[in-house]
Amino acid sequence: MLLTRAYEDRAQELWSKGLVVESLHGSQGQEAIGVGVCYGLRPDDVIIPSLRTRAAFLVRGVSVRQFLSGMLGKATGAAKGKATAHHMGSKDAGILLGSALVGSSIPVAAGAALAFKMRDEDRVSVCFFGDGATERGDFHEGLNLAGVMKLPAVFVIENNLYAEFTPISKHFAGTSLAARAEGYGFPGVTVDGNDVLAVYDAMSEAVARARAGEGPTLLECMTYRQRGHSSSHPPTEGRDPAEVESWLKRDPILLFKAELAHRGLLGGGALALIDASVAEEIEDAVRFAVDSPLPDPAELYRDVYAPAETSEAAR
Amino acid sequence: MTTIAYREAVQRALREEMRRDPAVFLFGEDVAEAGGVFKATKGLLEEFGPTRVFDTPISESAIVGAAVGAAMMGMRPVVEVMFADFTTIAMDAIVNSAAKARFLSGGEFSAPMVVRMSYGAGARWGAQHTQSVEAWLMNVPGLTIVMPSTPYDVVGLLKSAIRSPDPVVVLENKQLYGKKEDVPDEEFFVPIGKAAVRRPGQDVTIVATGYMVDRALSAADALAAGGHSAEVIDARSVLPLDVETIVGSVTRTGRLVVVHEAPVFGGFGAEVAAAVGAQAFGYLAAPIERLGGAWSPIPFGQVLIDEYLPSEQDIVQAAQRAISA
Ligand SMILES: Cc1ncc(C[n+]2csc(CCOP(=O)(O)OP(=O)(O)O)c2C)c(N)n1
Repeated sequence: MLLTRAYEDRAQELWSKGLVVESLHGSQGQEAIGVGVCYGLRPDDVIIPSLRTRAAFLVRGVSVRQFLSGMLGKATGAAKGKATAHHMGSKDAGILLGSALVGSSIPVAAGAALAFKMRDEDRVSVCFFGDGATERGDFHEGLNLAGVMKLPAVFVIENNLYAEFTPISKHFAGTSLAARAEGYGFPGVTVDGNDVLAVYDAMSEAVARARAGEGPTLLECMTYRQRGHSSSHPPTEGRDPAEVESWLKRDPILLFKAELAHRGLLGGGALALIDASVAEEIEDAVRFAVDSPLPDPAELYRDVYAPAETSEAAR
Repeated sequence: MTTIAYREAVQRALREEMRRDPAVFLFGEDVAEAGGVFKATKGLLEEFGPTRVFDTPISESAIVGAAVGAAMMGMRPVVEVMFADFTTIAMDAIVNSAAKARFLSGGEFSAPMVVRMSYGAGARWGAQHTQSVEAWLMNVPGLTIVMPSTPYDVVGLLKSAIRSPDPVVVLENKQLYGKKEDVPDEEFFVPIGKAAVRRPGQDVTIVATGYMVDRALSAADALAAGGHSAEVIDARSVLPLDVETIVGSVTRTGRLVVVHEAPVFGGFGAEVAAAVGAQAFGYLAAPIERLGGAWSPIPFGQVLIDEYLPSEQDIVQAAQRAISA
């Protein structure tokens, strides 16, 4: 969580200086979801992050160097400089490509789960998305399919109460997003998305169900977007400062630190050590990304189709 | 005359039409309170109130589908698809419902509605937020598609689109939202289906759309410096296409370059080339040159975007090839 937070804050600074060239959708305040969920998974499971699940990339092992390079549009970044970092895929890290179309990943995640089920593998497919994505038809179609086919999938809603500038109350007339799962024939669970241990526990249960062939779970994680929709928007655009203030008090990092202190696990300057190693990793990545080359223009024409040799072989 | 930006031209056209006709109304994602992500609909909620200007959930198929139903019931909806790339989600409503409403009801129903969308590469939004979608939609009988390149044309074409008896897709170029121009204060229209000759010339005809019109005009300046005179035609409407103006120009210049942002294969340029080939074959003194985006998804990162889009230099070279052929 600390690494993700430090990453987000530093990326925002680099954006202001014009070094980060992709639009940033800050995840400050939502780190516990990506962390809690991904710690509940095995390396051979797959995930599709939302536009804001930064923590998931780092927990699953995408290097800060590569991730940041992507945001600078460098050849060492996502898809060799061809794609934005926040939707990048990584085969090694078990991260399926996200979509810049909010909600379009949901049926894709169901499809990954379908492949696991057909091959009788006990792997799980996880899709992260914001509350806004539940307004898409793809949410309904993806969850319904997963329910009917009892697919090993977990659908994680990062309910941060806003979609761009609009509060959820203007987009959803019901009272609980998790409750929708009932209509698809599988459990829907609401958890405190700022409590990393609560997320982990709920996820572990959902994963156990999926591995046991009992089908999907819809996990609604309640959280708050501490920043504006993207780097170009002021942090509290269109929001009540008192609301923002109350959520800052429930910051997931603060909560977890308090919990660790309560359990007596923060002795021996542990936090200072973590902070120092986080700072070092981030600064190393900044140097790496800044020094990395821009993509070769010829890169544009690669990876549009399979390389000629492979297509020949297929014939 | 008043100087207005392209985005303000959107506001003006909507404001004028909404004042005139109470059936005209506007909805889409973040178009009301936020005034649109490109601020193209700013101020309309304040003037017309939340029953005529409202925000919707993130539901492109429901936005366009609901517009079809409302239009069939006598309303005149204007909806926004925030990024043209999201038409994929609304494609069914546009192609199967809106475009066919009149035909499949033998003329009893129609879907007089406008779908506005921002399109175009240039800014670093990545492959799924920068596509030019006109060719995806050009093969659909029943649709009309316009691509204004100036504030004047935004006002004139959007007003014509709103008054059209059938569905119209208005493609607004993201690179142009800040572009300014003097426009008359009195009401005016731009007819759908009429191209504009932006610069007269004798040696070569350059037909362009949207943001590429600006690049074609700079290319024409560069060509002029080298002693060649290029005629630049802004297609404005891609469906229907103003074949007459284009063919008329080529019969004088004998040379044609077509330039747009979408890839060349299956693109708008193919229709222009085919029309000229069919109607002005005998006048052509050189092979037709077609320029468009590279045959690749649109990349993120400036170096690759520059490689992707036709540049002023690409247009100049294509024109020179045609002239020296
Ligand atoms: C299909 C589609 N429609 C609209 C958008 C524009 N858009 C980008 S992010 C966003 C809000 C998403 O809200 P939510 O899913 O709640 O995620 P959050 O930003 O709150 O994390 C919108 C409308 C998009 N990217 N894709």
